[in-house]
Amino acid sequence: MGSYVLQRILWIVPVMLAVAIVTFALMHQVPGGPWDGAKRLSPQALENVNREYGLDQPVWEQFGRYMLGLAKGDLGVSFYQGNRPVRDVLTDGIRVSATLGLLALALSTAFGVTLGVLSALKRNSVLDYLAVGFATAGASVPSFILGMLLLVLFTAHLHWLPSGGWGSPEQAIMPVLALSAWPGAYIARVTRASMLDVMQQEYVRTARAKGLGERVVVWRHTLRNALIPVLTVIGPVAAMLVTGSFIVEELFAIPGIGRAFVSSIGNRDYGVIMGTTLFYTFIIATANLTVDVLYAAVDPRIRYGAHG
Amino acid sequence: MAERPPLAAPPLAPAQRGWAGDAARRLVRNRAALLGLVIVGAFGLLALFAPLVDHHTPTDQHLDSTLAGPSTTFWLGTDQLGRDQYSRLVHGARVSLAVGVLTQVVALGLGLAVGLMAGLGGRRADSLLMRMTDVTYAFPDLLMVILLVSIFGASAPMIILAIGLVSWTTIARLVRGQILSLRERDFVLSARALGASDWRIAWHHLLPNVLGPVIVTATFGIPAAIFAEAALAFIGLGLPPPTPTWGRLVADSFNTMFAAPYLAVTSCLAIAITMMAFTFIGDGLRDALDPRSPSRHPLPEVEPSSAAAFDVAERRAA
Repeated sequence: MGSYVLQRILWIVPVMLAVAIVTFALMHQVPGGPWDGAKRLSPQALENVNREYGLDQPVWEQFGRYMLGLAKGDLGVSFYQGNRPVRDVLTDGIRVSATLGLLALALSTAFGVTLGVLSALKRNSVLDYLAVGFATAGASVPSFILGMLLLVLFTAHLHWLPSGGWGSPEQAIMPVLALSAWPGAYIARVTRASMLDVMQQEYVRTARAKGLGERVVVWRHTLRNALIPVLTVIGPVAAMLVTGSFIVEELFAIPGIGRAFVSSIGNRDYGVIMGTTLFYTFIIATANLTVDVLYAAVDPRIRYGAHG
Repeated sequence: MAERPPLAAPPLAPAQRGWAGDAARRLVRNRAALLGLVIVGAFGLLALFAPLVDHHTPTDQHLDSTLAGPSTTFWLGTDQLGRDQYSRLVHGARVSLAVGVLTQVVALGLGLAVGLMAGLGGRRADSLLMRMTDVTYAFPDLLMVILLVSIFGASAPMIILAIGLVSWTTIARLVRGQILSLRERDFVLSARALGASDWRIAWHHLLPNVLGPVIVTATFGIPAAIFAEAALAFIGLGLPPPTPTWGRLVADSFNTMFAAPYLAVTSCLAIAITMMAFTFIGDGLRDALDPRSPSRHPLPEVEPSSAAAFDVAERRAA
């Protein structure tokens, strides 16, 4: 187990390196450069800024320099935001995306677990059917379509909520709802399935047979065990929510990391493209690792071989 | 997730008759899946015969009635340029459905090829191909698509190819895992003992057995691809105007949300209903192709935009 975890952690390094190489090569293929903005530069000025930032050198040399900087923790500067360090751009974006993501995580977990538990306890009731219906619909309607519909209802029609932006609680309501629906549906389904599974176990029947009250059986014997599989899915759900859905950020004009990525491609802001891509890759890789390790920790039947 | 049903179809002898027929019967008996099939069929027909069933030419601008509400002339109203929303939706269905289905054809081709080669090609090929798969898998999906489309331009073939290029890893993993476990089964050993060639074994004995779960995965990939097209259009990297696509309709309707909310609602519903229909079909197919699966409530699927963060099952199978 220990060596497996170590191996998986070390594997993240070559994966990130490969992603860095591919991204670096691809983004330099995108037509145009960072200086194609509103003001057209004279050929001499263009040559000067290119030399200043090393953009006149071969791509592989630029890559080498970027990686050397990265090794020292230097992510470069944003061309578009007046030489602002990429690290600051990322930190600001992550702070916003993470706040949004954590709110959505809290809401979807609370809602999903409650709904899953109740629908399992009242199996085949109206509540159960509604819950399963919500879980099915929520799992197949993407967050940004839901966000659009919320906008039409609450902003365009009822004029209750602002259309976007970030800073006030009202501005957070719709993006949080849009982001929570899918994970909420997912967690509800997992919780329900897991509850139904545990409720059929011998030890639950034993607990009932020895005369324990319903409340004790549910709280102490069923719920505790049923929530273990739920824990393993909350990890990747958290990773997804905290990295943010850039399309929801676009929709609600939220200055998060997803939005930083989208605009960085438009602006050929090479440093920010690299920074956001590597950040996303790292989070996804870590989330996958955590899930696999949690699985192994929770279920002793799972044994991992040499390579995942 | 303890009762996560296995994705694997039951091993079956290649000569066994009626397997597909059985599966089809089970699929149709599943009410949600049937509903999904009906919806997809209806939208498919509308898309196929779009030039016949449209009410107006989708690019025609009726400038004397812009942002008109639904009427007998304009069934679902018009947009800010006076284009008929119903006709745009019907023609947009062509693009969205084509993107959804064709990306999965690309993903199937790549996934089957890589998975088969890794499963049958020996240790070194396996190791090399699976590392490649791991890297592709680690790449944030939509980020890669956005980069590719920015480089090669937003044409329909390019969008299909770009989405296909990031969607094959799950299938490759699945195929490889199945092949590795099936390779040593008795029916394969006996075929080999009878002198069947490697190629014959792969084609006649292994492939039919992996097709079930692969088809299920591809079906779930369709709504993911439809979403990806919409997302690209929304951030301005979709097919160039005036081509009507569902993604563009949503993006356009965003700007006229206050003046004409029905445009946003109809465009969003088209995408949402179609995605849900394909999800129903996928759920139904999984149950139908694996009759031993005890679960009436199949495992939740992954939201398209973040598929990479999740694929736990495939990770484990690999």
